[in-house]
Amino acid sequence: MAEPTQRFNFDFMGKRRIAVVFSAALISISLLSLFTQKLNFGIDFTGGTLVEAGYGETVELDQVRHVLSATQFSDAVVQYFGSAQDILIRVAQVEGKNSADISNEIIDVLKQSGQSVEIRRVEFVGPQVGEDLQEDGGLAMIYALIMIFIYIAFRFQRLFSVGAIAALVHDVTITIGFFSVLQLDFDLTVLAALLAVIGYSLNDTIVVFDRIRENFRRIRKGSPVDIVNASLNQTLSRTLMTSLTTLLVLTALFLFGGEIIRPFSAALIVGVIIGTYSSIYVASPVTLALGISKQDLMPVEKEE
Amino acid sequence: MNRYPVWKYLLIIIVIAVGCLFALPNLYGKDPALQVSASRGGEISELTRFSIEDALDNADIKYGEISVATGNLVVRFQDTETQLKAQDVVKDALGRSYTVALNLAPATPDWLRSLGAEPMFLGLDLRGGVHFLMEVDMEAAVSKAEERYVSDIRTQLRDERIRYRTIIRRRDGGLLIRFRDAEQRGLGITVIEDNFPDLELEQPEAENDEFPLLARLSDSSVTETRRLALQQNITTLRKRVNELGVAEPVIQQQGLERVVVQLPGVQDTARAKDILGATATLEFRMTDEERDVQDALDGRVPAGSRLYYERSGNPVLLKKQIMLTGDYIIDAAAGFDSVSGSPNVSITLDGKGAKRFSDATAEEVGRNMAVVFIENKTETVEQDGEMVKRKETIEEVINVATIREQLGKRFQITGLDSTEESRNLALLLRAGALAAPIEIIEERTVGPSLGQDNIDKGFTSVKIGFVLVLIFMVLWYKAFGLAADVALALNLVLIVALLSMLQATLTLPGIAGIVLTVGMAVDANVLIFQRIREEIRNGNSPQASIHAGYEKAFTTIADANITTLFAAIVLFSFGTGPIKGFAVTLSLGIVCSMFTAIMVTRSIVNLIYGGKRLRKLVI
Repeated sequence: MAEPTQRFNFDFMGKRRIAVVFSAALISISLLSLFTQKLNFGIDFTGGTLVEAGYGETVELDQVRHVLSATQFSDAVVQYFGSAQDILIRVAQVEGKNSADISNEIIDVLKQSGQSVEIRRVEFVGPQVGEDLQEDGGLAMIYALIMIFIYIAFRFQRLFSVGAIAALVHDVTITIGFFSVLQLDFDLTVLAALLAVIGYSLNDTIVVFDRIRENFRRIRKGSPVDIVNASLNQTLSRTLMTSLTTLLVLTALFLFGGEIIRPFSAALIVGVIIGTYSSIYVASPVTLALGISKQDLMPVEKEE
Repeated sequence: MNRYPVWKYLLIIIVIAVGCLFALPNLYGKDPALQVSASRGGEISELTRFSIEDALDNADIKYGEISVATGNLVVRFQDTETQLKAQDVVKDALGRSYTVALNLAPATPDWLRSLGAEPMFLGLDLRGGVHFLMEVDMEAAVSKAEERYVSDIRTQLRDERIRYRTIIRRRDGGLLIRFRDAEQRGLGITVIEDNFPDLELEQPEAENDEFPLLARLSDSSVTETRRLALQQNITTLRKRVNELGVAEPVIQQQGLERVVVQLPGVQDTARAKDILGATATLEFRMTDEERDVQDALDGRVPAGSRLYYERSGNPVLLKKQIMLTGDYIIDAAAGFDSVSGSPNVSITLDGKGAKRFSDATAEEVGRNMAVVFIENKTETVEQDGEMVKRKETIEEVINVATIREQLGKRFQITGLDSTEESRNLALLLRAGALAAPIEIIEERTVGPSLGQDNIDKGFTSVKIGFVLVLIFMVLWYKAFGLAADVALALNLVLIVALLSMLQATLTLPGIAGIVLTVGMAVDANVLIFQRIREEIRNGNSPQASIHAGYEKAFTTIADANITTLFAAIVLFSFGTGPIKGFAVTLSLGIVCSMFTAIMVTRSIVNLIYGGKRLRKLVI
């Protein structure tokens, strides 16, 4: 019975170099993709008009495209949405055209085609709204990160703040990268999902940090690497369990929640997986690399 | 060891009872109903109720409970078919002084309603409807205010017999007044300072024998102008929405220059847009009869006049001075002229407008006055990568008539082409003139079938995710897992109860937030149970392990939840509609889960194991 409090005894920190390479590779791919093919922003961000239409029977996309091509909406993007009976039509801003009228005209065009069609959803977003959103979204992230940095510095220690923020930036970058590489729709709900990923990944990281702090104070012998390793092993069951239950519900949401919520659940699933990994392999190694030591974590009262 | 004092159990029971009570209304569903509200002149009273009952009885339509509340009356029906039939009947019976809208009324029993328990409010993405975000053109609001000053200063200077050359509104803002000499300018400054304290004056160098004076609106009055413009737009939008006959509309200010309009149940967005978006106003101007129209057409438009065209293309020369604007109109009704039988619009002015108008028309009896209809459309178009606001103003003379007598509070506009035209004009006028043009910058329409679809799919995924987690916890933690499951179920009930109490709006992302909460709420229990397992492996007694598990996990849970709560609060304060909904359910979920996962599971565990001698603990 070498270490009775632990069920697992993986040498997490021994493999941190591999992890660095792995994370660096993922981040490079994400950044590369973000710079070259950018994000496939939905109309929430770019502005434009979106019409979701449901047909009584299966509909051929080419047929819809054909109907539209004869009109001013020849460059409209037409795709299936969930099933072959539902289609999504996206139109960018039309220069010199009252944008609020576009949706009405598309509906008219579709109805003329003779098939029974029901308009399920119409969204029009003006360009000024989209710009505001990109700005507000970015600001929200930055404010969230600042608040988190301060809170952790206050509850733990500055070096932990850096570790946690590094993990969050890591997670967000890779999740956005995932959307860029696969060119998935990046809409408002995905932005919400990213902020939820921040919350979740942070949750994970804090639990690990909490144990590291406790062990630094409790275990007299052992290098910082040993202590971090022990802490990661002690919290491993919990980390896996929580990720698993969260992934269970997210998968249910992804499969049964409907088409609209799918990008949202996809972002969360990727984020939760990356967040779980980062709480082990990013947050703690960064804190270690910055030279965290016993003295940093002794209760404040004793120092004064 | 591990026993809770009685008050803790009591607290938990009370919270559960209250939670269940307030979550209960959500189980009752909704009845198809008609919502009757009074528009111009109408009044909701017991009398209205009798006439509705009469009309429905005569038409042999079965109806349920009729409830009268302040400002509106709700009639319930068995199904949507009778609801639709009844709408026509009630509309006919009540006439146009009432708005009859289709609605879904919560079927909450009276005893629950008397406790203040109401079901959650469903967002547009769940019930179907239209959402508009509109932006007020503030530049236009300010320039309009400046134009008003031009006219007011002109009158004032004339009254005080101060000679000036011209008064114009400068293209880049501000007013420019040119005087003949320094003395007149000095007098002018005194008069303007006394009468228009909101203006800031500046005296540029005199040149070419001209003494200019610059007047600008002060910052505070610009702010005030903008505030008023937004306020007036909201009021006007509210009136127009009432004209549309929508139950439970939402009209809200968002930021400093935007307004959100949500119309549940509306499908015909084209009509809604036409009525909400167009800004029309009327201006009453005297015709310039001394000058020749032909001269003006040749390019010699006399100072103080402007060339307008009638709808038929006929040119008309009108004086620049506005006698009255549409701002003062309080009612307008379409009807027929009693003499000629042609469509007309009767207009009623407010007190201030009536006085102004009667003063203005007193000296003009026998002369011709024109009604100019001005419609503003604003749109933002992309031009060479830049966002450019383009304004289109249609100004046309809809009517020229001789003033037969001094006009006052009530008068008529005749000479309209059709009843449809008179109806449309009356509607726009009645709804009031907007202080500044507004533009729809965002629109989201959700069809009713998609709304129902969203509800079904949302709930299905909540159910499936929930059941999966329940099973998983029991398999993994045995009896403790069961305690966690009870806590989880209670967590859901409490979230629903809180959403109902706050009357917060449940949206699809809100449901996603609940789903995520379900996944994360078990985290606290996982933390506790893992701790207990560790303590047991460390060789501690079962009771001591339970105690230490809860104790030690607490700070971790608190830290983890508080940081997540931060993220949710940031989401809430920066996000708009859908993101806000997600943030609300997520934060409520976090708060509730702290209570259920720690206190409730502990109470159950204490009930099962507390105070007993345990040799072994299965976890």
